[in-house]
Amino acid sequence: MTDKNGFFDLSKSGITRRKALKGLAAGAGLAVAPGFVRYAQAQSSAPIKIGFQSHRTGIGAAYGRWYEKTTAAAIKAINAAGGINGRQVEVIIEDDGTDPGRGAEVVGKFATQHKTDIVFGTLFSHVVIGSAPAAGEAKMPYFVVSEGHHVASTKLNRYVFQPGITDVKSQIQSMAPWIAANAGKKVTQIFPDFAFGYDHRDYLPPALKAQGADVIAQIAIPPTESSFTKYFPQIPAETEVIYHVMVGPAVLTFVKELGEFYGSQRPQLFGFIDSLEAVDINSPGLEFLDGSHFWEGSPRYAQADDSEAQKAYRAAVGIDDNGAAVGDPKDVSTAAHMFGCWETLYVVKKAMEDAGYKGPEDRAKLVEATEALKEFAEGPEHPQGPKTFNGKIHQCFGIQNISKVEGGKLKVVHKTKIEDGLYEAEGDYTTQAL
Amino acid sequence: MADRPEVHAWHHFIGRVTVHFGPHLLLAALEGLVTSAVLALTALGLSLVFGVMRVVNVAHGEFFMLGAVLAWAISTAISGHPALGFLAALIIAPLIVGAIALVAERLVLRRLNYNPEATIVATIGMLYIIQQLALTFYGPEARPVEPPFNYRILLPWFGYSGYKLSIIAASALLLIATWLVLTRTRIGLIMRATQYDSETAQAFGIPVGRVYGGVFALGAMLAAIAAVLIVPISQAHYLMGQDPLLLSFIVVIIGGLGSLRGTVVAAVLIGLSDGIISMFFSPTLAKIIATLLVAMVLVFRPQGLFGTASR
Repeated sequence: MTDKNGFFDLSKSGITRRKALKGLAAGAGLAVAPGFVRYAQAQSSAPIKIGFQSHRTGIGAAYGRWYEKTTAAAIKAINAAGGINGRQVEVIIEDDGTDPGRGAEVVGKFATQHKTDIVFGTLFSHVVIGSAPAAGEAKMPYFVVSEGHHVASTKLNRYVFQPGITDVKSQIQSMAPWIAANAGKKVTQIFPDFAFGYDHRDYLPPALKAQGADVIAQIAIPPTESSFTKYFPQIPAETEVIYHVMVGPAVLTFVKELGEFYGSQRPQLFGFIDSLEAVDINSPGLEFLDGSHFWEGSPRYAQADDSEAQKAYRAAVGIDDNGAAVGDPKDVSTAAHMFGCWETLYVVKKAMEDAGYKGPEDRAKLVEATEALKEFAEGPEHPQGPKTFNGKIHQCFGIQNISKVEGGKLKVVHKTKIEDGLYEAEGDYTTQAL
Repeated sequence: MADRPEVHAWHHFIGRVTVHFGPHLLLAALEGLVTSAVLALTALGLSLVFGVMRVVNVAHGEFFMLGAVLAWAISTAISGHPALGFLAALIIAPLIVGAIALVAERLVLRRLNYNPEATIVATIGMLYIIQQLALTFYGPEARPVEPPFNYRILLPWFGYSGYKLSIIAASALLLIATWLVLTRTRIGLIMRATQYDSETAQAFGIPVGRVYGGVFALGAMLAAIAAVLIVPISQAHYLMGQDPLLLSFIVVIIGGLGSLRGTVVAAVLIGLSDGIISMFFSPTLAKIIATLLVAMVLVFRPQGLFGTASR
């Protein structure tokens, strides 16, 4: 190796003992700088700290940004109404990079460095699954808005909760009757090749079977894939319904290429809005979606029968009637999922109040108080709709929306009932030690 | 037994291969050629930089990403027919990317004296800087660019994007143009002389430093052009530079570093095999085979299929 410039020779860069000491002193100074300061007074005057694990970068970034906006709006409303137990709430955001490894590190950072009261946040199921052990180890309550079945499966641990958004198993079970009755009996599934997609892979076939319909092919696509046409020949010709749920930055490409492949001669389409979350459904090339159906957790477009609570929630978060940012029609939100952040934070508030939560020493009490919750009434705190909560599996149950693409908008054509999505509990977190 | 999805999938696979073999092979070939077309341009940029300057540019994929992101910015800024914005992007985006590359070359690579190891480290740094700047100023979203025209070619078995076919044609024209520049012009002669022996070239009065700057910028511009071509079908995103970088390395290693012909042949080979293997088996298998091919080439023909052994 020729090292003409002394590029790798540290001795030439002239680090003296004095400089090294200066560096150390600066580092020590940083460690006591604001942000690391502990409140010396009684804890009652300090804010409650919520660590927000956010998909700021990586394939979940569009969700992360809107989860942050919704969270900020909810915290603003909670603080304006007096905070939690008379204390203001402060949110500390760390980027998990939509990466399970980094997710776990972020949870550890919240526990040991920021010393937050709880951790809240993230969507992507592999990040939640990767972070859950760290939360359990630190005995840190971890409230997720992830939609996967992993929390309710009771395979995570007692510190992980999903009280603000329903899980995939429940969603599929409540929508399968509608799909079988209205879309078709021979279904081909397209889903992302990781945990969230596997929930769809595993729970759709039995749910459809019960309705006399069949999944005739299952196509898994890596979540980082950027071109999709090559997968479409795997769709059997006799397919009546394509059931699609894709995630990541390439979702628009996926739907566009599906349109190019089929044109108007397409089978029925039933998609999870995930395939188009944060994407304008009026983007060029998506015309073929007209008349197709989507699942929506919470409707993107304002509906004629929206409740006052729903209208107030939309205004607080800052989305217009088309589900885009007020003032920027191109900035389409992740409306179908992000309401879960708003609702989860109100569940945290309720549980902290029930537990008389004072500080990290009360985390176990907070877990038990959350487990004791039974239902959440529809209203300003739960604008998506009423929910029930099963404390044994740490999962809420609620209504689902099936929307039709009509005149460039999504119109809700069917709402399921809470009972449609209930299933037998697969375990019981409350038997685990705290 | 028969209601197991994988059994169904297998029956369909067999059915597909026997009944739909022709149409699916056609679709696979088309998809493969589109991949090849974009890959050839991107890899050619990487190969030129290595051939002439003997340095590996790890930030090459980020120049690709910059091309796509700028294409979005330019096409959104220009109103009117989408083709206008696209054409403007096709001209302006590569120029801006070339200018950025030139600045980077002057400020960083030249100061490292083109030391191969230091350049790798420095370009890794550039990769992160460009990526994070894109995240800061462009944001984390994937944004679409409207294709200059929306024409769906209707084949008896399936539809296909007319725009995708035009990418293949555009790429072929650009490759021919690059080849003409390299073999038929004075600039090309100077570049080839520098590639052949930079010290002798310098002794004959060739401004090697300026040639290096120009080649580095040209390499980045080729990546940017490839990105502008692909962005109407795959959207601009700040992480989109990773795959092209990896695939370019694969192509350049198989084809032979610094060989234009080798790069094009390897790009077509990798693109087509990716299309066909993805279609009939699985995209993961296609990646495995491409990587295996690289390993084989490195073991049995380290200079690449068309490269010349190092002097």
